[in-house]
Amino acid sequence: MSALETRPSPSWRSLVADRMVLELKEFTRSREQMIFIFAFPMIFLVLFGTIFGGQTLGDTDVTISQYFLAGMIATGILNTGFQSLAISLSIDRDEDVLKRIHATPLPATAYFTGKIAQVLLVSIAQIAILLMLGVLLYDVALPTDAGRWWTFTWVFLLGTAASSAVGIATSSLLRNGKAASAILTPVVLFLQFTSGVFFVFTQLPSYLQTVAEVFPLKWLAQGMRSVFLPEYFETQEASGSWEHPMTAVMLSAWFVIGLVVAVRTFRWMRSDDS
Amino acid sequence: MGMNDEAIQVTSLRKTYGDKHAVDGIDLEVHRGEVFALLGPNGAGKSTAVEILGGFRKRTAGEVTVLGVDPAHPTRQWRERLGVMLQSTSARSVLTAREALQHAARLYPNPRDVDESLAAVGLTEKATAKPQLLSGGQRRRLEVALAVIGNPELVFLDEPTTGFDPEARRQFWTLIEALRDHGTTILLTTHYLDEADRLADRIGIIANGSMVALDTPEGLRSRATDAWVSWVEDGATRREPTPTPTAFLRDLLARHDGEIPRLQITHPSLEDVYLDLIGASQADLDAAADEEVAA
Repeated sequence: MSALETRPSPSWRSLVADRMVLELKEFTRSREQMIFIFAFPMIFLVLFGTIFGGQTLGDTDVTISQYFLAGMIATGILNTGFQSLAISLSIDRDEDVLKRIHATPLPATAYFTGKIAQVLLVSIAQIAILLMLGVLLYDVALPTDAGRWWTFTWVFLLGTAASSAVGIATSSLLRNGKAASAILTPVVLFLQFTSGVFFVFTQLPSYLQTVAEVFPLKWLAQGMRSVFLPEYFETQEASGSWEHPMTAVMLSAWFVIGLVVAVRTFRWMRSDDS
Repeated sequence: MGMNDEAIQVTSLRKTYGDKHAVDGIDLEVHRGEVFALLGPNGAGKSTAVEILGGFRKRTAGEVTVLGVDPAHPTRQWRERLGVMLQSTSARSVLTAREALQHAARLYPNPRDVDESLAAVGLTEKATAKPQLLSGGQRRRLEVALAVIGNPELVFLDEPTTGFDPEARRQFWTLIEALRDHGTTILLTTHYLDEADRLADRIGIIANGSMVALDTPEGLRSRATDAWVSWVEDGATRREPTPTPTAFLRDLLARHDGEIPRLQITHPSLEDVYLDLIGASQADLDAAADEEVAA
């Protein structure tokens, strides 16, 4: 016995790696996640591409499909971080899956790191497929300068961080796992309609633009346009600028708000009395 | 040795929700290597007590030590020594039985062998099945395997056989006995008396948040002093309790000529003792409620 008791606990890194593999299995084996979270932006990119064809925006040579590609990348990040995490965590809490995890020696930090790693990997695969579709079907030219890829990297990471933090926070605020999807889907749809994902942002009534500017999706989509659309398109934006500093501020603010609420409200059990 | 002799030590444990007392002053010691059953009707406070001991809920008052640690502050090292089987089962998992055990085993420093665990719970043939394809009993057996995959010193089993058919329950009991023979301390809750009788070294009976009895199954049985004598007289069944059935019978025989129809002497079962204890507790509660209304 004593010889066995001196064996070391599994390392934190191996726990995170194992947790990430498990999360990926759970994501890819779930039909709902694969259709409504993973494939959703691709389906809509192709659908809109088919409907609007090669129509160009104003007097630019940017096609609607190219404009939507940036929006679909943005909404993919929101789907995978916010929508998927909020719904799956609510259901897992409702069905005592979280309580079961809490009963094991798995540290909470390893659990969440594994989950975030899964979100990052799924998002990267999603974006890679969207870009491939863009290049093959809609004549999108991938950026060649490092500056644009740097913009892509920080917008992607900040967007994922904000989406995931708000997603985890939202899961604690939802009382019922079964209702999570019914409550969150219209919210995400509203943001998609008003943030320059399904419609060109500048063609929306200005009061809707103002509402959308409060939420992260508008900034994510604009950030992605700054990466994948020609430089001159900047003048076509609502403010005539890509607004990178403001994008960083808004995404960071949502990340911090989400994180504070998530840490303060997270529960492993349906009802917590501690 | 000192406190290390006890796997669980509980003194005056209380848990209140508003003015409802879910657990109302429980004292309890579970020895190492012991199988202890918390028995009681639904809503008696069994699960609340186990959830406090398992580090899921905070207590309102009292002293609790589980494997030498206060479960209000669960640590990773403590969780490595503990196995928990919850009451509910989720069928939503997309992992096969073997995958679930493999992932669980990697959380512990000294896990059991996955295939041996599958064999121990009779799921070798279902190793590649997902939970949706397992029967209720098979899913619960997988849960036991998951609860003990880390080679725990102490296992909590919360109503492990609720909803089982009799055969599945018997198979399950054999499984628990194998665990006990392995030296694992087991705390189980149940509302099945025969389960507690068969498995437990000692039984604690909980009613309305209080421990109304704590004894060995034999000790509980011996609490019932009266035997019941029943017979049919003038077409009606009569049933009388008596501490001296032989004397009672002698009187009865003296009053009757010939055959006494349906004559029977029964000694109380553990169930009678249990129902008496639960009933007495309920009567106390009702009386208290009446007094409150009167006041």
